[in-house]
Amino acid sequence: MDFLNGLVVLANFVLIPATSYGAQLALGALGVTLIYGILRFSNFAHGDTMAFGTTITILLTWSFQSMGISFGPLPTALLALPFGILATGLLLVGTDRAVYRFYRRKKAAPVILVIVSVGVMFIMNGIVRFIIGVGDQNFADGERFIISARDFKEMTGLAEGFALRTTQVLTIVVAVIVVAVLFWFLNKTRTGKSMRAFSDNEDLALLSGINPERVVMVTWFIVAGLATVAGVLYGLDKSFKPFTYFQLLLPIFASAVVGGLGNPLGAIAGGFVVAFSEVTVTYAWKKVLTYWLPDSLAPDGLVQLMSTDYKFAVSFAILIIVLLFKPTGLFKGQSV
Amino acid sequence: MKKLLLASAATALLAGAASAEEIKIGIILGFTGPLESITPAMGAGAELAIAEVNAAGTLLGGATVTGIRGDDGCIDAGLATATAERLITGDGVNAIVGGDCSGVTGAMLQNVAMPNGIVMISPSATSPGLSHNNNEDNGLFFRTAPSDARQGVVITDILNDRGIKSVALTYTNNDYGKGLADAFQAAFEASGGTVTISAAHEDGKADYSAEVAALASAGGEILVVAGYVDQGGKGVIQASLDSGAFDTFYLPDGMYGDSLLAAIGDDLNGSFGALPGTDSDGATVYQGLASAAGFDGTSAFSAESYDAAALIMLAMQAAGSSASADFAAHVMDVANAPGEPILPGELAKAIEILAAGGDIDYIGATAVELIGPGESAGNYREYDVNGGAFVTAKYR
Repeated sequence: MDFLNGLVVLANFVLIPATSYGAQLALGALGVTLIYGILRFSNFAHGDTMAFGTTITILLTWSFQSMGISFGPLPTALLALPFGILATGLLLVGTDRAVYRFYRRKKAAPVILVIVSVGVMFIMNGIVRFIIGVGDQNFADGERFIISARDFKEMTGLAEGFALRTTQVLTIVVAVIVVAVLFWFLNKTRTGKSMRAFSDNEDLALLSGINPERVVMVTWFIVAGLATVAGVLYGLDKSFKPFTYFQLLLPIFASAVVGGLGNPLGAIAGGFVVAFSEVTVTYAWKKVLTYWLPDSLAPDGLVQLMSTDYKFAVSFAILIIVLLFKPTGLFKGQSV
Repeated sequence: MKKLLLASAATALLAGAASAEEIKIGIILGFTGPLESITPAMGAGAELAIAEVNAAGTLLGGATVTGIRGDDGCIDAGLATATAERLITGDGVNAIVGGDCSGVTGAMLQNVAMPNGIVMISPSATSPGLSHNNNEDNGLFFRTAPSDARQGVVITDILNDRGIKSVALTYTNNDYGKGLADAFQAAFEASGGTVTISAAHEDGKADYSAEVAALASAGGEILVVAGYVDQGGKGVIQASLDSGAFDTFYLPDGMYGDSLLAAIGDDLNGSFGALPGTDSDGATVYQGLASAAGFDGTSAFSAESYDAAALIMLAMQAAGSSASADFAAHVMDVANAPGEPILPGELAKAIEILAAGGDIDYIGATAVELIGPGESAGNYREYDVNGGAFVTAKYR
């Protein structure tokens, strides 16, 4: 019984939250890594792209709600999601035409494109705040819990509760579907193959008749999809506020770099590595250990490695350690 | 042209004859910044007291009082210092109502008010760090808000009365949260209670599950949330309820707000808290005066602002002088017994009594009683959350 109780506590406070957070980071990191692999620069505007996609989705969700359209027990935001992706895709392609294409044609060094993307970031930052404001926005609806802590206790008779929110399960399911579709697209379709060819060797790809403008456009649309899905899932699961999306940039980049920039598989692994380290390093293990260890060994203190204030420091630390010892990341990506 | 000159000269003479003196009071609050939603009603409260005294026209034998607003930004010490400097040296204010947040209030007091010898009465700075028990403030600083040290004791009393012996504590990571958390922890542990963990949370995050995980691991009968109602405090409560970590919460003054009821809903039932408040007649009278003047008198710290401005002017009358050096020593006298009790709207009567050499006990809108180094003794309204509403339990 003690073992089960400990396991429930662990799942409730560590495993489930870290897995859904990891899935959100992985989707974000996939977008960053695709841009790095194919367009060859680190896109600092990614966090704000997520915020923009979420903003459009939120506005549509509200109008759907006011029209009385709902998605049963699932959040209405899922219905609005495709439109959000479309709008974000148009914005990104528009930005590419207006800004990035100019530098690409000049064969500008990647570092210049990075700085350009910082400029784009500030502009998107402003657009998002201009549209929806700086405050918290709540747009989750539908069933909140699949199983609530109280119900779980009554059902199982355990001393500890276990809550599973709809949005947590939704995050994981949607992330799995999106990743599966993305990999199928990259590996099996003609366009996907031409994108990988473009990423591996630009000149060779051009020689074999691949249209670079088309590859770039498809890339932006996929990135828009990934960013909007990641942003909406994060907003549903936690809450939407433009500034927190800007802050997400750090763990997302940490995930992409840890996994190996330009490597989609690495981005996913990186997302989970960062999420699990953030949660486990700042978790106070007292309760779990009290259940699992014999009484004589039960801890008096909190057994917390680091205060939760230092959550972001964990992403920084992982980033630095990986860059020092394995610049290409855990999976073989390009070195930064 | 000649006529015009003559006319303006005559007007100037007339004006000079009509008012014996022109008194200026600076109203320095965070009209921009994190408290910008409540400072308009605070400023209006102070100006209401000034308007009342002007309408009577009897202060110091016919002086007129002007309120001059200034912005301290609530968290911008540089801006606050510059504003105070400008009001004191430029506009020549005789006293200051302000500032609103503890950090900037301390900065203005140290950098400007003390070197210039100007009295400051803050309506809302509650940090225990501003209690100048050894006269570090040269007797110039007062506040109509209680110190959070007092709130720590009140929370302890409430928890003891309800038989709660072990709590987890989380606070917003700033002067207010840290000061309140430390004051409460000291008082609660002295009374024999246990604080299992005292952990900070940052405002403005999307996700507080990690913070709640640590709090849940430490355990405790209830969770004390010394945060802000529209910020991290709400997030911590939501995450605690979602994960089943805590069901019952203690809500200090920063966590009182209808937005919390709207956001959390029925799950909040059974939680309880306290905020500065009084059942004295003054509060009701003040709310009537405020609605007549066209603003919301129940807004946080609006009544305290009225009292701060009123105390300044009554102390001037008691001292027979508008100079800070003269009236600073009289603030405590007019605020406390003995004397004729004075409610809001009775400032004219108070001035009359003082002018005749009598003594007053200013009750005001918040049942003002200044203790120790010149801060409000603090009356608290204890409430329960019941049926989706705040229900007053009793006054302490």
